Amino acid sequence: MTDDQSSSTGTIPHPQTSVAPNTGVTLAPVQSSRARMTEYIIGILALVGTVATVWLGLWVTPPDKVQGDLVRLVYIHPGVAWVALYLAFGLAAVSSLLYLWPRTRSLFWDRLAAASVEVGVVFNVCTLVSGSIWGKPTWGVWWVWDARLTLTAVLLIMFLGYMALRRVPAEPEVRARRSAFVALFAAVDVPLVHFSVNWWNTLHQGATVLNANLSPQIHGSMAWTLLLGFVALTLVFVWMLLVRFRIGVLEDWLADNELDLALAERQSEGAGLSDKSPTNQGGAA
Amino acid sequence: MWRDAVLVAGKDLRIEFRSRVALSQVTPFGIMALALFAFALGPDRVIMAKGAPGLFWVAVLFCTVLAIQRSVSVESANGARDGLRLSGIDPAGLYLGKSAAVAVQLVVLEVLLAAGVILLYGARIAVPWLIVASCALGTIGLAATGTLYGALSSGLRVRETLLPFLLLPIVAPVLLAGTRIWQAGMAGGTPSDGTQWLRLLVVFDAVYLAIGVVLFGPIQETA
Amino acid sequence: MAIASPSPSAVSLRDVVALSGRFPLLAGVDLDVAVGETVLIDGPNGAGKTSLLRVCAGLVPLASGRLSVLGMDPGRQRTAVRRRVGLLSHASHLYDDLTVIENVRFAVRAAGGDVARIDPACERWGLVGRLATTQASKLSSGQRRRVALAVLTARWPEVWLLDEPHAGLDASARQLLDAVIAEAAASQVTILIASHELGTAEDTATRAVTVTGGRVTADRVLDRQTPTTSGSVTHVA
Repeated sequence: MTDDQSSSTGTIPHPQTSVAPNTGVTLAPVQSSRARMTEYIIGILALVGTVATVWLGLWVTPPDKVQGDLVRLVYIHPGVAWVALYLAFGLAAVSSLLYLWPRTRSLFWDRLAAASVEVGVVFNVCTLVSGSIWGKPTWGVWWVWDARLTLTAVLLIMFLGYMALRRVPAEPEVRARRSAFVALFAAVDVPLVHFSVNWWNTLHQGATVLNANLSPQIHGSMAWTLLLGFVALTLVFVWMLLVRFRIGVLEDWLADNELDLALAERQSEGAGLSDKSPTNQGGAA
Repeated sequence: MWRDAVLVAGKDLRIEFRSRVALSQVTPFGIMALALFAFALGPDRVIMAKGAPGLFWVAVLFCTVLAIQRSVSVESANGARDGLRLSGIDPAGLYLGKSAAVAVQLVVLEVLLAAGVILLYGARIAVPWLIVASCALGTIGLAATGTLYGALSSGLRVRETLLPFLLLPIVAPVLLAGTRIWQAGMAGGTPSDGTQWLRLLVVFDAVYLAIGVVLFGPIQETA
Repeated sequence: MAIASPSPSAVSLRDVVALSGRFPLLAGVDLDVAVGETVLIDGPNGAGKTSLLRVCAGLVPLASGRLSVLGMDPGRQRTAVRRRVGLLSHASHLYDDLTVIENVRFAVRAAGGDVARIDPACERWGLVGRLATTQASKLSSGQRRRVALAVLTARWPEVWLLDEPHAGLDASARQLLDAVIAEAAASQVTILIASHELGTAEDTATRAVTVTGGRVTADRVLDRQTPTTSGSVTHVA
């Protein structure tokens, strides 16, 4: 099931599966110790980075001359938006493309795209929420039909559509192909939506980090905190992605083996209490 | 490719001519939507005339979903989709044919809806060619994307609910562009505003038609 | 007519496995059918007869193994293979809103068939007069089968995959079908017939293959009787 993954594995650890002797039941995929370590280390780094960002952002950095304490949102909001709009969406689009490309076709890419979209939805919602919190005192309303907000919302709807499609029961390969097509069509649409909503309405303050008006006012500690925030949020994304990917592998394994497990369990009811490993006399294969 | 496209479009239009589903169900639905918008916005014709471009395109979008559902269900009965696959028909031709049939039905619908908008909302058109161009390009885009998503969702048991969810956000640029071009073409609009939106529609149409021509075969085999 | 080894094979399967979800439709099929051969495929319900034909038509992708139809790979050269193969399946593939003749015309044209053959084929299958202009939705299952057979007769592809072709047909249509099969066999068409009913088409078949549990479990050459002993073959028009 996962033989072909080793070649295409980048940073994502791939679980190995093995078949229990004398049974039809495949053992649950186990993470290699290196993969487990990677996951732990990234998780710890993400946690430390986030805590440090919060501490620096709330206590160390000075308030802004114009925006006051509101400016502290700059350490979170652009970072979250970067993950939601570029990283998650980009990764999902690239993985979907790699899945559709015959030479790189592997369920690895499908799972990566799915995990990326799901984590992306979390970040997308966080983007909209933090943006609203910032928008209320700045623009006076929770929501404006600004181009970037609209684009973010449209992306969220596309993400949710993708997830709804994945929830439809289907064979893994069929589901993978279908979802990859949908992700690809949506990705192609993004620039078009981007242009149209830009012409439609723009009142956003623009990319904050690169904004020429703001940068002279950014204090040294502010710049570092901003950068740290980006790194920390990216690490949080990677960590969530790894965990979601692992869950995806386990889910597929469960779907594969649910019946075999149920059979083995039922048979072991009669076999008494001594037997530790499940046996499957039916020999399902 | 073109021969197959004409054949399939002819077949779908003949089926429509016989069953009159688009004419007797989808079009009345569109007109009814116009009436409902009027109820929602109150009897003030100034507001309605102002909202006419957007309301027109929203009605067209909803009707597109219905037309695509119909276009898909035609191939679902009696395993007709398998029959088409088995015939070895060119997938690109099949895609263009099905899109063309949907587009023709949408154009008829749009003429009626435009008449409805003018009569019911008191919308006044100043630059007819802009309106016609937006409808032509918008229709191609809607039919091209709709047919693509229709084929993708054809094997799904939950097609009726999932198709609008997947399709409508994708065609958001058509809605925005169509509305803006209409606003530019109405009395009191600035016609020059329409050109960049027309260009956007051309790009939209070209992108999705190209995708459909290349990928319709693989999508069809996904089932 | 069908000499096994020297003639090129029309359909060739090597250890073919095809899946539906996790269920193996075909579990390792090896089969070679020579050009012009008529092969009867029998076996119990759910043995994989229909799946075998659908795989040969390129409708079901292979999980493993190799398949070639007329020297081509149906997975890659889909359009080219399907133009030269005809599958008669349980589904009628008809559009209910179109008339019989419109359905036949569309199906033959879509498959790139010869338009001039449409009318003779319809006539042969009795799809004339009022029946020709009847909406497909009003047809009985036997009539639907006749329409599908008329399409096949008009297309006259090089490989015929017939799934229970006699089902739903009345006695005269069965005789006609046997005659058409015999005629096709005589014109070097390769024919695979899946059927539980041995006997009806056995006169023209040169070989019988038994499928059980998604595999070929028996393969025997049929000794052909002299054609005159059976009534159906003399019916050839």
